[in-house]
Amino acid sequence: MSRVVLRTAAAVAAVFLSVTITTAQAPGYRAPRTPDGQPDLQGFWTNATYTPLERPDGVTKAVYTSEEAEAAIKQAALRERAQTEPGTTADVHYDFSQFALDRSQSTFVRSLRTSLIVDPPDGKIPPVTAEGKRRLAERAEAAKRLGGRWDSAESNQLDDRCLIMAGPGPPMMDAAYNSNYHIVQAPGQVMILTEMIHDVRIIPLDGRPQPDPKIRQWMGVSRGRWEGDTLVVETTNFNGKNPFRGSTENLKVTERLRRVSDDTIEYTFTIEDPSMWTRPWSAESAMKKTVGPIFEHACHEGNFGLYNTLVGARLEEQRAAEERKKK
Amino acid sequence: MRNRFLIATTTACAVAGLVLAMTGVAAQTPAYRAPRTPDGKPNLNGIWQTMNTANWNIEAHSAAPSPVRDLGATGAVPGGAGIVEGGEIPYLPAARKKQQENYANRLKLDPEVNCYLPGVPRSMYLPYPFQIIQSAKHIMMVHEYAGAVRTIYMSEQTEAPADSWMGWSNGRWEGETLVVDTKGFNDLSWFDRAGNFHSEALHVVERFTPRSAETLTYEATIEDPKVFSKPWKISMPLYKHVERNAQLMEFRCVEFVEDLLYGHLRKQPSK
Repeated sequence: MSRVVLRTAAAVAAVFLSVTITTAQAPGYRAPRTPDGQPDLQGFWTNATYTPLERPDGVTKAVYTSEEAEAAIKQAALRERAQTEPGTTADVHYDFSQFALDRSQSTFVRSLRTSLIVDPPDGKIPPVTAEGKRRLAERAEAAKRLGGRWDSAESNQLDDRCLIMAGPGPPMMDAAYNSNYHIVQAPGQVMILTEMIHDVRIIPLDGRPQPDPKIRQWMGVSRGRWEGDTLVVETTNFNGKNPFRGSTENLKVTERLRRVSDDTIEYTFTIEDPSMWTRPWSAESAMKKTVGPIFEHACHEGNFGLYNTLVGARLEEQRAAEERKKK
Repeated sequence: MRNRFLIATTTACAVAGLVLAMTGVAAQTPAYRAPRTPDGKPNLNGIWQTMNTANWNIEAHSAAPSPVRDLGATGAVPGGAGIVEGGEIPYLPAARKKQQENYANRLKLDPEVNCYLPGVPRSMYLPYPFQIIQSAKHIMMVHEYAGAVRTIYMSEQTEAPADSWMGWSNGRWEGETLVVDTKGFNDLSWFDRAGNFHSEALHVVERFTPRSAETLTYEATIEDPKVFSKPWKISMPLYKHVERNAQLMEFRCVEFVEDLLYGHLRKQPSK
């Protein structure tokens, strides 16, 4: 009896925390309206955060005290800066103590949570199904067949190839930098521009059905609706080539965006992919108001990095071959 | 009654004459008044596309074979009347020569072949649809090709912070017309597959005028003193996609050109 009460109290406390910790809805707040009466989500937003998707190993609680949260943020920022050593070649490109690369110097989402994942309650991605294990093994095999990272463009990472980055999702996740979004609403449409690779999501709100399952896209196909003040977006029809933490083409993402104060949109998402996981899982983050405008991110057009690393790799092979001949 | 009809007709004719004089697009619906957005502006929301061959060559051109033999008729060039007012682009002499070189090397140099951003005005007449998402502060032009996107700032207007492929666009309403002023281009985009080009001094002023429920008149004045002897104009209608399931599809062409751009740098099996 008493155990049940305790458990219930804990659950209630967890629910209470889940509403207040990340996004703290201003009491009595009502989102402004667009001229056609939609809750207004428009403007420039960032979802940069130090809160990891999964609860770090060794952390047992779901929620930090504010002191612990501050310490975790500081530690994460230091860890990030330590990635490159000042004065080295790597540092020229990715000096994470620089403004814009060091997210602690700009607006970011602060949370007392120890993970973005709120369900399962342990803050971890649920176990993989038997099919999921088989698919992961197949993927690893396919990657091996492509060879080493610098063997060809195709064997490189999606972001280094300027194909797609973490930002647009769905779900929309913070990237190492440029975690910025521009939301514009027109009657019946919500548009979300992601800074990374200028990826645009256009979400129709007119209740149209999902397209033919033969249509497969990197960002899937999204359909939206308003449930009160919450924008609910369901996305399927993924091509499975940009797995989100292992997801497949059978992924379904349900996102909820709700403006809870002038400078905050609460952002939650649920991941369902029976081909990979034994159960659905959910996470909660937020988007904080930031300063625009967003400049063009012409990633592919300026992708000297990919070209030069491939050239470099071939030169090294040539040199090595010449060395071998000498011997 | 008859009088009123006469006056209305005369006015309509006068307005039509004026509009014709301004746009040069024939058969303009006289003084069409577009439906309004909830904030009272002409409503340009929708998915739009041209129905011409400007992307092959904005100047008048005859049909021509495919530059890639194996594509046969599927890669051939359809003829077109051209969209340049006066028929010919007023190139400076050296610039015309460069255009011809571009044309000769188009399979290598055309930014579209390489899946690069299309620039302006080419983005508007690519053979792909684009969608206008219109709010009071920002009008977004989202293109299917390469996921190209342009933000048109209707308030909080600033100068281009740096050069870019799609330029920096500030907009304003002149009655029924959306006027978009775009500068801050780099010198890398082309106007078409025929090698027509510009420098970073390009300045484009576009006018979007609703002409019926499902068509817009699109006009652009193009200025670039480094490449052209005088400003020149293009104009064409834009047609709305009215299918109920119309939507922009992904055309993430980076993937389609990787082997073309980097294939020669692939690791070869060791000998």
